[in-house]
Amino acid sequence: MLTILFDGLAYGMLLFVLAVGLAVTLGLMNFINLAHGAFAMAGGYLTVVLMQRWGVPFLACLPICFVLVGALGAVLERTLYRPMYRKPHLDQVLFSIGLAFMAVAGVDYVMGSSQQNVQLPEFLRGRSEWGDDPWVLGVGHYRLFIMAVCAALTVVLQWVLTRTRFGSRLRAAVDDPVVASGLGIDVNRIFLLTFAVGSGLAALGGALGAEVLSMEPTFPLKYMIYFLIVVAVGGTSSITGPLWAALLLGVADVAGKYYVPKLGGFMVYALMLLILLWRPSGLFSRGKA
Amino acid sequence: MSDRAWVLRSHRARWEMAFAGLALLLPWIVPSHAMMINEIAITALFALSLDLILGYAGIVSLGHAAFFGFGAYSAALFAKHVWPDPVLGLMFAMVVTALLGLLCSATVLRGSDLTRLMVTLGVAMILLELANKLDELTGGADGLQGVVMAPVLGLYEFDLQGQTAAWYSLVVGLIGFAWARRLVASPFGGSLMAIRDNRLRAMAVGIPVAQRLVTVYTLAAALAGAAGGLLAQTTGFASLDVFAFERSADVMLMLVIGGVGWLYGGVVGAVVFKLLQDQLSAVTPQYWMFWIGLLLVLLVLVGRERLLHPSQWWRPSP
Repeated sequence: MLTILFDGLAYGMLLFVLAVGLAVTLGLMNFINLAHGAFAMAGGYLTVVLMQRWGVPFLACLPICFVLVGALGAVLERTLYRPMYRKPHLDQVLFSIGLAFMAVAGVDYVMGSSQQNVQLPEFLRGRSEWGDDPWVLGVGHYRLFIMAVCAALTVVLQWVLTRTRFGSRLRAAVDDPVVASGLGIDVNRIFLLTFAVGSGLAALGGALGAEVLSMEPTFPLKYMIYFLIVVAVGGTSSITGPLWAALLLGVADVAGKYYVPKLGGFMVYALMLLILLWRPSGLFSRGKA
Repeated sequence: MSDRAWVLRSHRARWEMAFAGLALLLPWIVPSHAMMINEIAITALFALSLDLILGYAGIVSLGHAAFFGFGAYSAALFAKHVWPDPVLGLMFAMVVTALLGLLCSATVLRGSDLTRLMVTLGVAMILLELANKLDELTGGADGLQGVVMAPVLGLYEFDLQGQTAAWYSLVVGLIGFAWARRLVASPFGGSLMAIRDNRLRAMAVGIPVAQRLVTVYTLAAALAGAAGGLLAQTTGFASLDVFAFERSADVMLMLVIGGVGWLYGGVVGAVVFKLLQDQLSAVTPQYWMFWIGLLLVLLVLVGRERLLHPSQWWRPSP
């Protein structure tokens, strides 16, 4: 019981890191990016390649993924994404689905369609147990590691957004890009940086999740709906909204698959549908549509 | 109606009759491709139903396959357990899918585009999960097999080559097209376009926005259900992929290739898409997805409203 809760929380935290970049793009420029999962997949596959071909240790892979994929995100933002911001939502959906399709087929071509596995270092394998039977808490060391990394990231992100100059500029640009640029804030540059960090974070999530989520070419499409749920349910106006939504989703998914395995993902979709019917702009929105 | 408009209209009607006649002759001219023609007719009908809600009512849906799949399974189940007559089964599929559409229309009335994307996608995923889990009824991941249909109208037996199937689908598709054309040309269609262009203003001039959207969503669901029902009846099979996300994405792509909001778009798009898929899959069977992705990206970068007007390709975008 506690184990399920723990696993669910770890899963939710992972989802949060994967989806937080999407939350920012959606909230900032109102851009629907269905290709976000492709960045996460890039991170996952980069880890696999680095570890298997060049023998880079797992812990070193994480920052490398963040930097490389972040740079890739920056380049794509400048060249492909920026002209899309002013287009209608239908165009954005089509454009980003197209990118996701290309990523899926491209990875399939280069890496093959089989599932890739990551060898974890020795100290992250294994598992500890505490307590007596009905309330036993089994803690996988790797899941504990994921939780620690994600918690640290959340704190840093929250700090950057609420306490630094960059954060306040970003929030100004979210609320009103026109007035923000009128005040001398370079909205384009802020957005470029944010997009890069967002895709870097997705890659980090992909690298962390390579062992848990199973890396295969269809990853972007398979998890796209999860990212979108996190953002749609959490609302796009704060960083805590998506966090709670991701935790809720993680626990609901793990618990649902454990207690009623026959229903599979049904629980999650039904929950999302109900929440969105109840509050169409997300659980934690500030009221603006 | 002025004389000129009447002349134009009768002119167009004559062209349409010619095309409809040609389409109906096709299974007879190229009998070896009858199954392909059948598939194109079905997809065109499906794209047409999406055009009603996307092109005319402005609802962006990523889960239109929900209705397609529901129609397919209900037609297959009806044929298997109740009555094997195709026309009756198609009616049944349309009615139950319309009911599902009525139920789901509550989900698309509120919220932003993102919310609508999510709830439409969510409905399709829920139905996919249900069809997967209720395996006593639907056959689960193996699909629903052994659907045997009676002859159409008691006269025309379904043949192995698929000629009857192609004619059956073409006729249903043409009826659906004619009906959709009447619908969008009516004052009801006009009010839909007003809602699409400016919902607030439409409300202000007294259009019952919610009621109109519910109606068109229900009608479009019925058409999509008919398309799904046709697929299940003509192939004698219904499998989980009728609900898949790819199907919703593909149909949206077809509609966009052909052009959104003029009904012919779905038909043109379905023909182009299916022929392209047939050709490209033959060259690189595995990487069809890459080409379709590239096509989408280019399409949006060039601007989809300019695709059908090559003379404007090189002008700067407005």
